Amino acid sequence: MQPLGFFEIMGFGPRGWGAAMLLAALMTVGVSVCGFLAGAVIGTGVAAMKLSRSRIARVVADTYTTVLRGVPDLLVIYLFYFGGSLALSAVGRWFGADGFIGLPAFATGAIAIGVVSGAYQAEVLRGAYQALSRGELEAARAVGMSRGLMFRRIVAPQVLRYAIPGLGNVWQLVLKESALISVTGLVELLRQSQIGSGSTRQPFTFFLTAAALYLVITTVSTYAFQWAETRSMRGVRRA
Amino acid sequence: MDFAFMGQAFMTLIAGIPLTLQLAFSSVALGAVLALVLAAMRQSGILPLDWFARGYVFVFRGTPLLVQVFLIYYGLGQFRPTLQEWGLWTFFREPYWCALTALTLNTAAYASEIIRGGLQSVPHGQVEAARACGMPRGLLFRRIVFPIAVRQALPGYSNEIILMVKATSLASIITMMEVTGLAHKLISQTFRAIEVFVVAGAIYLLLNFAVTRIVMAVEHWLSPHLRPPPTPIATPPEAAHV
Repeated sequence: MQPLGFFEIMGFGPRGWGAAMLLAALMTVGVSVCGFLAGAVIGTGVAAMKLSRSRIARVVADTYTTVLRGVPDLLVIYLFYFGGSLALSAVGRWFGADGFIGLPAFATGAIAIGVVSGAYQAEVLRGAYQALSRGELEAARAVGMSRGLMFRRIVAPQVLRYAIPGLGNVWQLVLKESALISVTGLVELLRQSQIGSGSTRQPFTFFLTAAALYLVITTVSTYAFQWAETRSMRGVRRA
Repeated sequence: MDFAFMGQAFMTLIAGIPLTLQLAFSSVALGAVLALVLAAMRQSGILPLDWFARGYVFVFRGTPLLVQVFLIYYGLGQFRPTLQEWGLWTFFREPYWCALTALTLNTAAYASEIIRGGLQSVPHGQVEAARACGMPRGLLFRRIVFPIAVRQALPGYSNEIILMVKATSLASIITMMEVTGLAHKLISQTFRAIEVFVVAGAIYLLLNFAVTRIVMAVEHWLSPHLRPPPTPIATPPEAAHV
């Protein structure tokens, strides 16, 4: 049989894999967004601990960021892939359900990405907080703002503004890390390419297409973050 | 936590350290050479070379390393007859060489940007002064530009080396039994994910700690002009204990 051409394989016809690949790309974006948001929550908490007066909180937060940034992401994914299901089964036993309960691959991936990117985001957010002007915080305190109101009106908007470039870098890391989630069996872009290359015996075609789709996603994100940066800075006078 | 098991796990996993280090250092060393070429292409002012280097960096930084590994290890199998004809198949058949190629090509892209930053940070006045003394281009590069650029690029490069130590873990996916590969095998045999993670993580932290210390030592050695002059011993040692 004559091997299929590139456009027949990657097209949208009955024997084409185009739709499957695009769907898988959506899954990549989906798991990355969920992981990034989970990381934002973790990162905010860890950054608050790093900035707190309690010494214990600072040591815990520093250990967290050092370990998670110094250990391969793949190892963290294995920890949650194997460890997550074990923990879930143990919790299940408490409630009387025996047997093995598997953690869904999507949740495993999003949690693993969240835990790793949380460490990176904590550093970005801490740096952004330290860039705030002390005078503004003092002024807010002087007019009698409560801590919550000060956080909402003064701290959060400015920290986000300063953090956008750093968060953009973390987002790019997250996108590339999401490829590692394929080891858990979640059908994202890379796993779909493996499936496709297994059934058509054209691995180069599939991985090249995956690489191109990743490039599209990273390029679009670069422009999105650039746009967000200029927009957030529109009220700031240029030096 | 079962400490006896963790001791065993440690003994199992240290067998993977040589391969991890070998992959990391070979790829960083080869990648540095390639990165220097890419940085030179960017600086050359010759448009096709400049564009090629830009495209290279864009592609390798914009796609996941694992995709690059798969593209080389599985993807090139699609062209097996051609590669056999060229005598390259024995090279690309081995997961070790595929992993090394992917890691080298990947780190070269990141490192070329770091080196370019270093080259651009060389003060123009120094280059002008050297030219005014009549230094030829080769000597100027060797004595003025290169040392300053290396000194400037080193902190950024230490980050890249640490990333590469971590990136070698991807070689385990194409069957290389380095630290992560052994850890994966151990977890799937014993189902003690947490203990194995702690031990393997400690090994990587130790390796990365050693990398940062070595780079700091090199940085210290390369910047004698920034150190305070050694204080002369004014008083004899016994008088210091008053």
